[in-house]
Amino acid sequence: MKKSILFGITAALGLSAGAVFADGHGSTLDVVKERGNLLCGVSTGSPGFSGVDDSGMNVGFDVDYCRALAAAIFNDPMAVSFVPLSSAVRFTALASGEVDILARNTTWTYSRDTDLKQTFLGVTYYDGQGFMVKKDLGVNSTLELDGATVCIQVGTTTELNLADYFKANNMSYEPVPTTDNAESKQQYLAGACDTYTTDASALHGTRINLENPDDHMVLPEIISKEPLGPLVRHGDDNWADIGRWVLNALVIAEEKGITSANIDSFADTADAEIHRLLGTGDDDILAMMNMPKDAMYNAIKATGNYGEIFERNLGASSGINIVRGVNNSWTNGGILYSPPFR
Amino acid sequence: MSSVDFPVEKFRFGMLLSDTRYRSTSLQVITFIFFVAGVFWLVDNTVKNLALLDKDVSFSFLWMRAGYDINQRLIPYTNDSTHATAALVGILNTLLVAFVGCILATIIGVFVGILRLSKNWIIAKLMSVYIEGFRNVPLLLWIVMVFALLTEFTPQPRAFKGENPDASMIIFESIAVTNRGTYLPNPQWGAGSIWLILVFLVSLLGIIIFRRYAKNIQKNTGRNLPVLWVSLGIFFVPTILFYFILGSPVTLEYPYLKGFNFKDGVHIRNSFIALTLALAFYTSAFIGEIVRSGIMAISKGQTEAAAALGMRPNKIMSLIILPQALRVIVPPMISQYLNLTKNSSLAIAVGYMDVRGTLGGITLNQTGREMESMVLLMGFYLTVSLLISSIINYFNRSFQLVGK
Ligand SMILES: N[C@@H](CCC(=O)N[C@@H](CS)C(=O)NCC(=O)O)C(=O)O
Repeated sequence: MKKSILFGITAALGLSAGAVFADGHGSTLDVVKERGNLLCGVSTGSPGFSGVDDSGMNVGFDVDYCRALAAAIFNDPMAVSFVPLSSAVRFTALASGEVDILARNTTWTYSRDTDLKQTFLGVTYYDGQGFMVKKDLGVNSTLELDGATVCIQVGTTTELNLADYFKANNMSYEPVPTTDNAESKQQYLAGACDTYTTDASALHGTRINLENPDDHMVLPEIISKEPLGPLVRHGDDNWADIGRWVLNALVIAEEKGITSANIDSFADTADAEIHRLLGTGDDDILAMMNMPKDAMYNAIKATGNYGEIFERNLGASSGINIVRGVNNSWTNGGILYSPPFR
Repeated sequence: MSSVDFPVEKFRFGMLLSDTRYRSTSLQVITFIFFVAGVFWLVDNTVKNLALLDKDVSFSFLWMRAGYDINQRLIPYTNDSTHATAALVGILNTLLVAFVGCILATIIGVFVGILRLSKNWIIAKLMSVYIEGFRNVPLLLWIVMVFALLTEFTPQPRAFKGENPDASMIIFESIAVTNRGTYLPNPQWGAGSIWLILVFLVSLLGIIIFRRYAKNIQKNTGRNLPVLWVSLGIFFVPTILFYFILGSPVTLEYPYLKGFNFKDGVHIRNSFIALTLALAFYTSAFIGEIVRSGIMAISKGQTEAAAALGMRPNKIMSLIILPQALRVIVPPMISQYLNLTKNSSLAIAVGYMDVRGTLGGITLNQTGREMESMVLLMGFYLTVSLLISSIINYFNRSFQLVGK
C-alpha cells in the first residue's frame, strides 16, 4: 500500500532522472538479453492467473505466458523475475521501465492503447465483469443490487464499468475502493461490502479458494467485455512483435495439436507451417525479429500450448474449473484465431 | 614623509577563488550555475524520455470526464464530473482529515503530555506506554489495524434486520454503528431555525461579555464569580427556551435500515474514522512529548511561587505554567501538524479517497498522466504545508513575551 505511493514518486522521478532507458538505439530485446532475465509485471495475487505455490514458485496463466516468452528468448523458462503490481500502479511501472512486459489480467481498451501509449499484443483470455455475492444475501441478479455497497479495485476498467452500468440501470451504489484482490476479499468476507465485482475469471478463482465456496455465487450477468492480454509500452515495435508472436505460436500449437510432450514428433511432418514455427525447416524466419530459430520450439516445449496452459491453471486440473467457452481455438468453436505463421 | 606605495594588484582570474573578497560570491555563482544546469538536465531528460514513450506533457485531462465514483463527497460530484472536480473532492477530503486529525491530536496530546508528568505513578507510566507505543510503531500499521478492528468487530447492516436482530442502534435508537461506518442523526433545519441560531450566537456573545465583567470584578475586588456555572447557563438556557418557543424548528432525521444499507442520517465512513483516529493517536504521542518538555522548561520556581500565593495545582497549570510553556510548545507543533497532513496521504491503505486517492490514484491511472498528476500533487502538499506554517507562525507571535 505504502509501496504504491513510493511507486508514483519513483515513477515520476524515473521518468525524469532515469538514464534514458528506452533510448531509440538500445532495443528492449537487447536490454533483456544483457540483463539475462525478463522482468514481467504480474498481479499481486489472483488465483489461476498469478500466485505463488507451496514451493515458492510463481505459477498461473499470466505467469506461464511470461515463462514461454523467457523460454523463447533464453531457452530457459526460469529466466524471469516476476514483479507483483497492483492494478493502480501497473501502467506507471511499465511506462517507467520497471518491467519489460505486463501480463496482468489487463483489459485492452481504446484509451489504454492510444492515450496511455501502450501496445497490446493480443488477447490471452476473453473475459467480462461479474459480481460475487453471498448466497444468503438473497440476490439473484445484478439488477437487484440497487443501493448496495460494492468492493472494487482502484485503477481498473471495473470501476468505470460499474459506474456506467449502475447509471444505465438507474441504480445507486456505494463504492468501497481497495488496492488489491486480497483486500477486496477481506472486506467482502467481513461484510463491509455486499458484493465484490471484478473480472469473472478472477471471481471464479477467488471463490474456489474461499473457505466455503458454496456459500458464495457469481451472479449470471456479465456487464462488460474484458479482453485480457499482455502489453508493452509504445516505441519498440520489434519487442511488441516478439511478445505477440510468442502468444500466437502458443495458439497455433494448440490448433495443430503440438504439445510439450509430442513436440519432437513433428520433425518429419508434411505441414510446412509447423516447420516454420518450430524452426525445423530450412528457412529461419524467426531471424526476422532477431530471435533464435528454435525460439517457438523452446517456448512450446517449456510451457505447452495455449490449451495446456489454460488447463493447468484455470481448467479442471487446477480446481478452478473454468470452461473453455469462447477461449477455445476457432477449430473447436471458440474465437482464438492466430494469423498464419508465414 | 615617505609613503609606502602599495602595489595595486592586478586582477587575476585565480583570485576569484583565492581572494576572500571574491570567494563567497564566486562560490555562490558556481553553485547557482550547477543548480540551473541540474534543473535543465532533469527537465530536458524528462521531456526526451516522455517523447520516446510517445507521451507529451499536458494538463487538458483535468477537464475531461472522470468516469469513476467517489464515496465521500463534500461537494457535488458524479462520474460525469471532470477530473479537476474529482481532484477537488479529494483535496477537501484531505483537508477534512487533516483538520479533524489536528484538533483531536492536540487535545489528546496536551492531556497525555500533562498526565505523563503526573505524580500518580500508574497514570504517568500508562502515558509513557501510550507515547512509546504510538511513536514506535509505523503509522501505516496503526491505520490498517484501526480499520481492521472497525470492519471485523462491528456488525454488518444486515445484522440490524429482523425480529430479533443481532445488533441494535444505540443511544435512543439514534446512532447505528456498523462495519461500513457510523450513521448519526441528521439535523433538519426547518423554518424559524435561523432565529434559533441567532439566539445561540447572542448567548455566545453574552458569555464573552460576562467573562470580561467577571475578570474586572476579580481584578478590582478580588472576588471570584462562579464563571463556569453562569457560562454554562447562558450557553444552554436561552437556546433551549427558544427552541420550544419557536415550536421545535430543528428536528433530527434518524438513520434507518432500508435495503442493503442505512438510509438518511449522516454517514461517517469507517475509512474516515480509522484514518483520522490513527493519525490523531500517532501524532498525539509526539505532541505529548512536546507538551511535556514545554512544561519542564518552565522553572520550578514558578510553581513554587504560585503555590506560595495559595493557588491550587490545576490553577497553577492553567494560569501560570501552560501560558508560558506555549512559547516553547508552539513552534515544534507546526511540524507535527505538517506531518499529520502529509501522513494523511496513506489514506489509500483503507480506501479513503483523499487527493492522493483521486488525483494521484485513480485519475493518474486512468489517464496515464503520472508526471502531471505528481507535479500537481506535490504543488498541493507544498501549498498546504506553507499555509499551515504561516498561519501558526502568525498566532505564535501573539504568544511571545511582550515587554510591558
Ligand atoms: N481487467 C481489469 C481488472 C484487472 C484487475 O485488477 N483484476 C483483479 C482481479 S482479482 C486483479 O488482478 N487483482 C490482483 C491484484 O490485486 O493484484 C483491468 O484491466 O482494469
